[in-house]
Amino acid sequence: MSAPEPIADHARFTPARLVTLLLVVALAAALGWAVWSLPADSPGLTGQSLAQLPGSGVTNPVTAAVLNYRGYDTLLEIAVLLLAVLGVWSVAKAEPRADDAPASPVLTAFVRLALPVIILVAGYLLWIGSFAPGGAFQAGAVLAGGGVVLLLSGGGRAALAQEGWLRIGLVLGLAVFIAVAAGTMSVGGKLLEYPPQHAGTLILLIESAALISIALTLVALFVGGRPPGRSNRGLSEAGERKDGDES
Amino acid sequence: MNLEPALFYALAGVGLFAIGLHALFAYAHLLRKILALNVMGGGVFLFLIAIASRAAGPVPDPVPHAMVLTGIVVSVCATGLALALANRVQATTGKMQLPDEGGGA
Repeated sequence: MSAPEPIADHARFTPARLVTLLLVVALAAALGWAVWSLPADSPGLTGQSLAQLPGSGVTNPVTAAVLNYRGYDTLLEIAVLLLAVLGVWSVAKAEPRADDAPASPVLTAFVRLALPVIILVAGYLLWIGSFAPGGAFQAGAVLAGGGVVLLLSGGGRAALAQEGWLRIGLVLGLAVFIAVAAGTMSVGGKLLEYPPQHAGTLILLIESAALISIALTLVALFVGGRPPGRSNRGLSEAGERKDGDES
Repeated sequence: MNLEPALFYALAGVGLFAIGLHALFAYAHLLRKILALNVMGGGVFLFLIAIASRAAGPVPDPVPHAMVLTGIVVSVCATGLALALANRVQATTGKMQLPDEGGGA
């Protein structure tokens, strides 16, 4: 890839830039005034949230909001994660890294020591989310950190080449979430209206599947392109030829 | 007049949002624009957390917390997609900025 041309961002102070600055300052003043004049003693949703907590299946009010009260938001959010990966895979191929050679022995040894602990912490965060701060998103971020460290140490490239498993893992969270949502409708409830006696189990099931998908999504975004798997090798070569014709 | 901490943090969130918005308009470099979007998102999250702590009750309002929790993950994914698109723009046009109107490739 050629070196990017420098972009003269600080070239000069144009009138258009002055107008932009004034408009933004005006917007900030308006927003600030709106925030300032908010009533100090708004009831919020704390009361309702805590009142419904016994039937939500969990005792952590934030987890209850994420996966029970506002489960629909979270369902769509998992879909957004999948869309982001699809978008990245559509515009870029994973470039073979220059440092695919084995990393230093110190890094490799550190990863061997740290990775089991990282997986354990992710599992703990997932489990504790029902009672205390934690949950699938925090656990997924930790697990993705482990995946990034693994990739940086030179391991895991072979795993990424297993594109079939990677795809299953990426879709798993959304698939389980939709299955549960449809299941609650089939037993007579509304979309994502869990029966109170099974709510805790269903939430843990969704979170476990979402954990895998979130972690893989973040690692896939770190890789920054579609991995060179077996199934799309012919495709990517065809793409290269097409790119070559255009230029 | 006494400025309560929650209001201070909410106003700081508004300030971050405005700084990010200005950078989004003022700079052509795509990496700066992506960073500006992240600063704006940080401002929104700070505002939501600050407002959540003002609600009456024994604990902060959990609903804005849940929104921030999901919002952080979405913003990370949006950043990843934006970086991939910016890379593509640079590979196609040779410049890390959007082509001018009419003068595009």
